[in-house]
Amino acid sequence: MPSRRRTSDQPSWLMRIGAFAGLAFMHIPVWVIILYAFTTEDRTYQFPPPGLTLHWFEVAFGRSDIWQALSLSLGVAACATALALVLGTLAAFALARARFAGKDSITALFVLPIALPGIITGIALLAAMKLAGLNASFLTIVAGHATFCTVIVYNNVIARLRRLPPSWVEASMDLGADGTQTFRYVLLPQVATAFLAGGMLAFALSFDEIIVTIFTAGKERTLPIWFFNELFRPRDRPVTNVVAVIVITVTFIPILLAYYLTRPDDEHETAR
Amino acid sequence: MSLRAASTFFYRRPYWYLALLLVPPLLWFGTVYLGSLFALLAQSFYRIDDFTAQVVREPTLATYKLLVTQPANIDIVVRTLIMAIAVTVACAIIALPIATYMARYASGRMKALFYVGVMLPMWTSYLVKVYAWRLLLAKEGIIAWLTAKLGLTSVLEAALAAPGIGGPSLSSSYIGMFIVFVYMWLPFMILPMAAALERVPGSLLQASADLGARPSQTFRNVVLPLAVPGIAAGSVFTFSLTLGDYIIPSVVGAPGYFIGMMVYVQQGTAGNIPLAAAFSVVPIVLIFVYLSIAKRFGAFDAL
Repeated sequence: MPSRRRTSDQPSWLMRIGAFAGLAFMHIPVWVIILYAFTTEDRTYQFPPPGLTLHWFEVAFGRSDIWQALSLSLGVAACATALALVLGTLAAFALARARFAGKDSITALFVLPIALPGIITGIALLAAMKLAGLNASFLTIVAGHATFCTVIVYNNVIARLRRLPPSWVEASMDLGADGTQTFRYVLLPQVATAFLAGGMLAFALSFDEIIVTIFTAGKERTLPIWFFNELFRPRDRPVTNVVAVIVITVTFIPILLAYYLTRPDDEHETAR
Repeated sequence: MSLRAASTFFYRRPYWYLALLLVPPLLWFGTVYLGSLFALLAQSFYRIDDFTAQVVREPTLATYKLLVTQPANIDIVVRTLIMAIAVTVACAIIALPIATYMARYASGRMKALFYVGVMLPMWTSYLVKVYAWRLLLAKEGIIAWLTAKLGLTSVLEAALAAPGIGGPSLSSSYIGMFIVFVYMWLPFMILPMAAALERVPGSLLQASADLGARPSQTFRNVVLPLAVPGIAAGSVFTFSLTLGDYIIPSVVGAPGYFIGMMVYVQQGTAGNIPLAAAFSVVPIVLIFVYLSIAKRFGAFDAL
């Protein structure tokens, strides 16, 4: 009997170990954050923690600065997401099928805010605000966030529209539906989940954004800015971890929902 | 005009329909985004008056001259560029087994686990992840504890004593900063790489095996060349994100400045918007150069 040679159907042990170790590498830091929210040591990051306590949750819930930052962040994320849903969906519907001169440049323009590093968007908005004599406010934060959130919504919706066979719209029209009916009964059910997923990802992204926000926020403090300042404080360190746990929860729920809404065949398009 | 009439009107006139849809987003991007980019460019051609510390709004190349003639500024650009390249290479090496495994070998539940497993850390709060590494890298933190348990403290100390990249602890050295950058951008490399590998037809691998290649030869000569567009696409993200970041170098890392920090400091405490603007033009130029290189390796087909 000929001996079976190992074919490339089987991964080598080296690759298996590399793959699982890599995955572990990506997850361990998040668990560490959660662990340190319960530590009794508040000045150093001693490991293993000397003891465990729920005290820091109590402290965090009593801090009004955290609540203010949290409500500002939720407000900004809600406004930016609403604006992004409108602009991103309009752009996606316009560019999904149409062919016209200059389409490539417009497409490039719509992805530029995430192709260039966030600091460019941030400093550019600040440079414009200074030239225009505008002061930083809630509105300037929303303007910055809406710009990159639009790209997320646009990417999600256009990916879905491109997979819709154009014959469906034609069939609907041939069967006597008018434009609004076709939209209501053919396009909308197909696009709705991508629209929702895009909105949730945009919300999560805005809620967590700091790179652009620092430039456009002035004295306003969103939760990430509060968090960033807190990193340089020497005391009550576990309070930062408690807020981190809150942030993880607030961003994970929409992201997981978005993932299940866009499954099973388009995992890749939800990537930013 | 009824809704029905309106929809018919626009269905028959596709250009009107297109204009109706495109005008709001174009107006937004044209004014808010492009307008800001032009403002940035304009500011970089202004200069700051040394005595009054006010921005002088006359076109001049003085700020750019300051940027390229000061050795300290050149150091910042070179340091950032080296870090971006090192991080990109390291991400590509670490991502390869993960992407290959999830794209070619895992199936069903395992595959879903890997995709969710890569996407969740990618979407986890950016700041929380940076903060986590401060905990991990701290002098009394987990990594120090683990190396002590494994009896490797001398190795860690030797690494930290290395000139140029070392420092008093991992959380204040270039080594630590490098680890954090690699960690942060790894998913951005894995996903496009896995997508490119998913597209390699299985028949090619069978053909390679039939012709007598060992799995390692098949991997090197067949799979890897076909993954190049994916690696190029991922490298655009890792390169660009490292070039512009200023949070990681200020939370974890050595005292040397990076481009992003320089932009942040110049616009903030220094109040020198023109120099901050000129500094931020550097990564834009570098990224466009990088994009034109990546394009030759097929990065845009794999995005």
